[in-house]
Amino acid sequence: MNKDVLIQLKGISKAYDGEVVLDNISLEIHDKEFITLLGPSGCGKTTTLRIIGGFETPDEGDVFFDGERINDLPPYRRQVNTVFQRYALFPHLNVFDNIAFGLRIQKRKGEEIRERVKEMLALVNLRGFERRRVSTLSGGQQQRVAIARALINQPKVLLLDEPLAALDLKLRKDMQNELKNIQQKTGITFIYVTHDQEEALSMSNTVVVMAHGRIQQIGTPTDIYNEPVNAFVADFIGESNIVDGVMLADRRVRLAGHTFDCVDGGFGKNEPVDVVIRPEDVDVVKVDAGQLCGTVTGVTFKGVHYEIIVDVAGFKWMIQTTDFVAEGETIGLSIDPDAIHIMKKSEFSGMFGDYSSFSDELDKLSDASEGVEEE
Amino acid sequence: MKKKFSFERLAASPYVVWSLLFIIAPLLFVAYFAFTDSDGGFSFQNIASLGAYSKTFVMSLGFSLIATTVCFLIGYPLAYCMARTSERTRSVLMILLMLPMWISLLIRTYSLMALLDNGGLISSFLVDHGFEKLNFIGTEAAVILGMIYDFLPYMVMPIYTSMTKLDNRYLEAAADLGCNGPKTLFRVIFPLTMPGVVSGITMVFVPSISTFYISQKLGGGCFDLIGDTIERQFQNAVTYHTGAAVSLVMMILILLSLAIMNKFSDSGEDIIV
Repeated sequence: MNKDVLIQLKGISKAYDGEVVLDNISLEIHDKEFITLLGPSGCGKTTTLRIIGGFETPDEGDVFFDGERINDLPPYRRQVNTVFQRYALFPHLNVFDNIAFGLRIQKRKGEEIRERVKEMLALVNLRGFERRRVSTLSGGQQQRVAIARALINQPKVLLLDEPLAALDLKLRKDMQNELKNIQQKTGITFIYVTHDQEEALSMSNTVVVMAHGRIQQIGTPTDIYNEPVNAFVADFIGESNIVDGVMLADRRVRLAGHTFDCVDGGFGKNEPVDVVIRPEDVDVVKVDAGQLCGTVTGVTFKGVHYEIIVDVAGFKWMIQTTDFVAEGETIGLSIDPDAIHIMKKSEFSGMFGDYSSFSDELDKLSDASEGVEEE
Repeated sequence: MKKKFSFERLAASPYVVWSLLFIIAPLLFVAYFAFTDSDGGFSFQNIASLGAYSKTFVMSLGFSLIATTVCFLIGYPLAYCMARTSERTRSVLMILLMLPMWISLLIRTYSLMALLDNGGLISSFLVDHGFEKLNFIGTEAAVILGMIYDFLPYMVMPIYTSMTKLDNRYLEAAADLGCNGPKTLFRVIFPLTMPGVVSGITMVFVPSISTFYISQKLGGGCFDLIGDTIERQFQNAVTYHTGAAVSLVMMILILLSLAIMNKFSDSGEDIIV
């Protein structure tokens, strides 16, 4: 990956009516990378994108593009194009004219326009759709037109604001792959905004996790998943059991009344910490073979595995196992040292990672509210 | 076909009766009078005699086209501003615009006359301050001004409505794709508000071309527009037939104009989503 910094945000803050949306954000975006801003609704990810696009101006801080400060540069003079959340295709133009819009503004020759629109339609798999009205297209097709309309201007950076949020699951998966291919083919930097952690992990080179108007963590998808910096990130990315622990020494942590070996160090002696253990990393064993033991209080069949909730001395763990266990059964739990990830205490400690009030239904409800966010 | 007296039909029936009595029947009468002579026999005489009014037709068309154009040039930017400003400014502008519409057209036209009359308020103010007396009433400009004054709100309202329906994301998309302010206006805002423009133009053009009152009061009797001609013909039982013929031709003229306008708006039929 090319390590040239293309866009730099320095100490960006933004408030609406006194409500802080972005709190001192600093971020470097490299050329040709696929970077995702990930977070729940209201975390400031869309505002960050709009600041890069020029639709919002930061209250504080600077935006640099290729080393040049562009705070006051209007959107139409930025080498950036956007795929909007609900596409924003021009209803008075057909597919061809929508895609050709940017080139017409640049007063390109008719022949060149025809040529490049054709290329773009091929790129997004919409050959032969030139004369169609945009209102006759399906959501997925409109999405492709929106991408073609943005890419035809050969921007240095493409901004994508939850572009797949309105599509159904199957189509979303296909489009994820396609977007990734398009990004690799064109070599354009993609800045992608989503609240879908799976989407973020599967598509990006770099994930930026945001919450409360601040960046919580920047890293590769594997870093973010395996080495979350705090309880928020651990909980937001995948499922996590987040347990209070005490660091006895390097590579020795005490949690749930048992001392475990682990692979992390560098904490103070007896420092309280948050411990993350992923549900798939806990092995279900016989009671006397486990380091911990608990009672199964819930079992849900998920297809690939069972998701079970286990009460260990009052703290409810989520565990994914392929072996069936019955509700009410007492089981032993075994955890390998490298399954234990230690995090410093943070403002998010104690807020996440306990499955005592867990229910699938509640989870879905909160997901649905995220689906309609920031409109 | 099965006959069914559904509630929907019943609900529409008062209006159906109304329109039969007061819209369809009078229209048939107009057509009847236009094609008969005073003895009640079929005749093309009335239509054939309309050549004498060709100047009137041309003048009416000219006046109303100018009035419509000026209304558009004032109304479109105003509607744009109203749709974009703060809630407060918008309601002030809205009241200023609507206020005259709560007053009868006759009274509005009279008061405009009182203001502009050769011995009227503005004129005497000018004389008092050593300027020349205003000789405005009785000019083409006075008639056109009257049309603009009376019908401007009808231009602004439909355009304003389609402006408020205009989603901000289209403007952002235009800016994103390289449009500065003027380009956004011509490439995106104008085409997307075309339906409002079409109905605004219709709502100003039709009453302008058929007015008789404005031209009588502000034209000082110097301008005989189609509306005046029709009115005069119908004040006299003998010329009923000519009046009907003029009305018929004017109606056809208006329908033709509307058809042309609709051709324009067809290209953007699904603009209002």
